[in-house]
Amino acid sequence: MTDVVSDTNTGEAIVFWVCAILAVLGALGMVVSRKAVHSALWIALTMINLAILYVANSAPFLGMVQVIVYTGAVMMLFLFVLMVVGVDASDSLIETIKGQRLAAILLVLGMGILLVWGVGNGLAESTDVGLDAANAAEGGNVQGIAELIFTDYLIAFEVTSALLITAAMGAMVLAHRDRWSPNPSQKQLSVDRFRGGQHPGNLPNPGVYARHNAVDTPALLPDGSTSEISVPEPVRSRGDIRPVDHSDMGEVKEITEGRSE
Amino acid sequence: MNPSNYVMLSAVLFSIGAVGVLVRRNAIVVFMSVELMLNAANLAFVAFARMNGNLDGQVVAFFVMVVAAAEVVVGLAIIVTIFRTRRSASIDEPNLLKY
Repeated sequence: MTDVVSDTNTGEAIVFWVCAILAVLGALGMVVSRKAVHSALWIALTMINLAILYVANSAPFLGMVQVIVYTGAVMMLFLFVLMVVGVDASDSLIETIKGQRLAAILLVLGMGILLVWGVGNGLAESTDVGLDAANAAEGGNVQGIAELIFTDYLIAFEVTSALLITAAMGAMVLAHRDRWSPNPSQKQLSVDRFRGGQHPGNLPNPGVYARHNAVDTPALLPDGSTSEISVPEPVRSRGDIRPVDHSDMGEVKEITEGRSE
Repeated sequence: MNPSNYVMLSAVLFSIGAVGVLVRRNAIVVFMSVELMLNAANLAFVAFARMNGNLDGQVVAFFVMVVAAAEVVVGLAIIVTIFRTRRSASIDEPNLLKY
């Protein structure tokens, strides 16, 4: 891999162009899509493609970490918070500051052109030393990174662990919510149930007759009247209670009496 | 293949992330855009490590990932806390100091 810049590696070029196009597509989709869940899925696409590009840049360890940490943990966290906050929370299109969107796009377009142009000019003469020698020195990419982390970057690594613990504590403190009232006890629940004024037990089932046994048919009480609460509340509120046809009962009576004679 | 292509791709992704931060108003999408910018920086680091033939760039990218993970955890906790009091994840809502 310690080749000169002019040497082109076709396989790597194909990987680069496929993954670069997919990554840019994912990034654009993330910015453009109205729904936050769609944005999360688009950026997951971008991150997977970046992982492939890391591996192509002889950074297999970072590629794996990218998949595990970003597409695994971070995107899972994003989706989890999206579900908490409300999935259908989509952006409104009304601008709070007039012309902000256009100005932002123009400014960033300028910045992007400057960056790409400057980088293209600055790195035109760059070398491509490659990491084969550096990776082989310690016996592999992971070993090489470990060697650096635990020698030159040891203090930064230790500070990182403090940062992670602080972040975990901060998340716990921020997301924790105190109870304003004590948990209701079983006794209190029972008292509320019977003193609350509502029906304490199961509600009566709807009526089952020879001709109708649908839920809109009310049950008959012993005195011949119907029980309103035996019909489910949604049906009741629509006024869909089927009136009990007392002539049916007359017929039934006639039939049974006729049979007994 | 010239590795400066990777750096240019990183510049493009960074610009798209910047557009997202400036244009979008859902706090979570803004956060995703920040993540995209951090990822773009990581790609540049990895490409630089390859150009110069030593692993320091990869170590720095690794540290960036750790810091980004911590930032996501705290940031999302803040978003959840604001959502609890304001019932909204829009970054236009927390403007109480204005009035």
